[in-house]
Amino acid sequence: MAFRAMISSRAIQQSNWVPSVGVARQMSSWFGHVEPAAKDPILGVTEAFLADPSPDKVNVGVGAYRDDNGKPVVLECVREAERRIAGNLNMEYLPMGGSSHMIEESLKLAYGEDSDFIKDKRIAAVQALSGTGACRLFADFQKRFLPDSQIYIPVPTWANHHNIWRDARVPQNTFRYYHAETKGLDFSSLMEDIKNAPNGSFFLLHACAHNPTGVDPSEEQWREISHVFKSKNHFPFFDMAYQGFASGDPERDAKAIRIFLDDGHLIGCAQSFAKNMGLYGQRAGCLSILCDNEMEAVAVKSQLQQIGRPMYSNPPVHGALIVSTILGDPELKKLWLQEVKGMADRIIGMRTALRDNIEKLGSPLSWEHITNQIGMFCYSGMTPEQVNRLTNEYHIYMTRNGRISMAGVTTGNVGYLASAIHEVTK
Amino acid sequence: MDEANMRVDRTSKSERRLSTLVRHLGGLETCSPSHTSHSSDQFENSQNATISLSPMAAFGSVFANVAQAPEDPILGVTVAYNKDPSPLKVNLGVGAYRTEEGKPLVLNVVKKAEQSLINDPSRFKEYLPITGLAEFNKLSAKLIFGADSPAIQENRVATVQCLSGTGSLRVGGEFLAKHYHERSIYIPVPTWGNHPKVFMMAGLKPMSYRYYDPSTRGLDIQGLVEDLSAAPEGSIVLLHACAHNPTGVDPTPEQWEQIRQLLRSRSLLPFFDSAYQGFASGSLDKDAYSVRLFVADGGEVLMAQSYAKNMGLYAERVGALSIVCKSADVAGKVESQLKLVIRPMYSNPPLHGASIVATILRSPELYHEWTVELKAMADRIISMRQELFNALQAKGTPGDWSHIIKQIGMFTFTGLNKEQVVFMTREYHIYMTSDGRISMAGLNSKNLPQLADAIHAAVTTM
Repeated sequence: MAFRAMISSRAIQQSNWVPSVGVARQMSSWFGHVEPAAKDPILGVTEAFLADPSPDKVNVGVGAYRDDNGKPVVLECVREAERRIAGNLNMEYLPMGGSSHMIEESLKLAYGEDSDFIKDKRIAAVQALSGTGACRLFADFQKRFLPDSQIYIPVPTWANHHNIWRDARVPQNTFRYYHAETKGLDFSSLMEDIKNAPNGSFFLLHACAHNPTGVDPSEEQWREISHVFKSKNHFPFFDMAYQGFASGDPERDAKAIRIFLDDGHLIGCAQSFAKNMGLYGQRAGCLSILCDNEMEAVAVKSQLQQIGRPMYSNPPVHGALIVSTILGDPELKKLWLQEVKGMADRIIGMRTALRDNIEKLGSPLSWEHITNQIGMFCYSGMTPEQVNRLTNEYHIYMTRNGRISMAGVTTGNVGYLASAIHEVTK
Repeated sequence: MDEANMRVDRTSKSERRLSTLVRHLGGLETCSPSHTSHSSDQFENSQNATISLSPMAAFGSVFANVAQAPEDPILGVTVAYNKDPSPLKVNLGVGAYRTEEGKPLVLNVVKKAEQSLINDPSRFKEYLPITGLAEFNKLSAKLIFGADSPAIQENRVATVQCLSGTGSLRVGGEFLAKHYHERSIYIPVPTWGNHPKVFMMAGLKPMSYRYYDPSTRGLDIQGLVEDLSAAPEGSIVLLHACAHNPTGVDPTPEQWEQIRQLLRSRSLLPFFDSAYQGFASGSLDKDAYSVRLFVADGGEVLMAQSYAKNMGLYAERVGALSIVCKSADVAGKVESQLKLVIRPMYSNPPLHGASIVATILRSPELYHEWTVELKAMADRIISMRQELFNALQAKGTPGDWSHIIKQIGMFTFTGLNKEQVVFMTREYHIYMTSDGRISMAGLNSKNLPQLADAIHAAVTTM
């Protein structure tokens, strides 16, 4: 009783009373009602994998590259870049928009070394916190300057895309993309949905190596998509998280973007160096928006910075330094291109191996989608129930949508994986 | 300008592509892009092989009307400083530490930590968990709350790695906007310029409480008590843990106790911003006094921690948000919800800076070395305060300048007005924020006389 009286009474302010520790304990938590959040569907897989004591366990969940021994890789070009930058620079704040050197190199990679858009300074670009951060900046920017706009997101897509535009409070629609029967592109439905969207709609497009399906439009299909976009004046926003990783050639993987640029689209682009440079934890990325002219690019960039400032003030320097050191040095860039091709080739090799292994086991089903699809992921077509069996019976970890991270497949585990898949699908 | 002319004006690459298309399609006259018939799309009659562009297509960017944003008032000072060609220019704008030689400083412990990271071949750069580097989180909580803090012992603290102070405030703010019953956050006047924007973008409603008293250049404790007493119960209150930015005015221990009692009696939720632990007095424990006072009463507290200044890790963006909860159970649920705020913002925090901090904090030798370097930085700033005060006394500059030595931390709120600041920039190439705030860290014995001259001139001529 006495405690309650003391807590509610203003007399407290006047006294020199020293609180016993127990005072505040009378009150209950302000956060007691907070519900435990559901685990992230992708990152939660790795958590579960790590907790599994089985020696046979296989992690084909999160999209982080592994070498053929199943080990994470730090690229040689990255190690060398880190050696060069260690200790000799101060760590003062980057400008709000990030490292200009890194931005410059990122744009060359996406838009082309000799891009006129770069020369004409028509691209508003800021360093971002990897692909997630770039998408979020764009979503917040879209909300602020085109508050009535919506975003069209392919079905399926990386789960976090929905979270990003939701937290930015941009209403979402979907467009058809994946064809479950063929395990390929549902091109006619895609075109129909693009046509039926109101003119001037915003579309999220995966530039290459679609996540999670690995299904990309062909070059000709991209041209047709671009053409319809032009007639509908849609805004194309490209999320490019796998440039170089899909075919092994960054120029080739940027083809869709270049087609759109040639057709005169004013695109937006989120770039990530998480996978293609193995810089995952450094959060290195870039957001760019192609504008009409230099003046507009300056204005748009200044506004993008205004969105970053109340989020994290300015972006982290370390990953940016690595990217600009590598891309800015011809020798290191050459090494990087070799290493990225090496990673892509290993994955392509594993696709072939996985498909061959399953087919050799006599599976009645078609598995050609394993080698038709491209990039880090294979959309296996397995059901959540089958995935559960893979995890519970075989200690194989993947996301419940049946997405296999091919980067986690090795010559050591491909046989086991193939058997398990065959067992649960036959 | 019609479509045809626009095409001709484009780059030759596009021209080439268009003419290839035209050739491919068998000599169509028009320059408009043609629709081929082998797509399965049916919306265009394939005989009529052109599509008229929508009326909107001729227009350019959808962002054409975006106005250029003004320069950030704080970071903009450095931009202006960089543009100034004068060899005499002095940057007292942004709060980044400078040595006596006017150079930025990378702490020796940081260099050592970085070296050990580079040399460790087993280190990978994979994604951190959404909540960041676990060891970093634990060590950060211990640093601010004290290793023997009951809150830590009882597992009542949810800590997540964030992007320095800004990121910690933003994540905390968004969490509160989602899960707390009150949207108002009371912010001291004045405060760091970015605070209101951070909380607004987070979905909270910034309100203000009196803090700085211009007539005394000290704390307006009465105004503070009045305003917070009038705040609706349950409101959030932002508190600068030490070395208030921009004023350098901190409550005394007695005043902190008064504030604590006031907040607890009205169920106001404290949200601490600690950007200068160790930097203010030179002692990490002393600078955590206010935070620990609150945590000691068993109540709930939010805590945004930055390593930008005290470890000189500015650009690495290292910080932590801690939420001290009533129970371990609540802390667990809170942590899970913090992940949902972070994931759509940047997925997981940057690795490098947190690794450096963890390397230093976990090693008794490096930790000790850090405290020595930190104290040296703090001491240099304290000596600059004394020297500036002495210089103005010697010049007989009108006014009471004792606040220079009473205020604490990186900044001095000089009391100079906008016009005086403009004068000092124009005539003496002194760069500072227009609210009269100077970063003491930017002073040294070489440029201090120039500043003293500038202040004297500004005060006597304006």
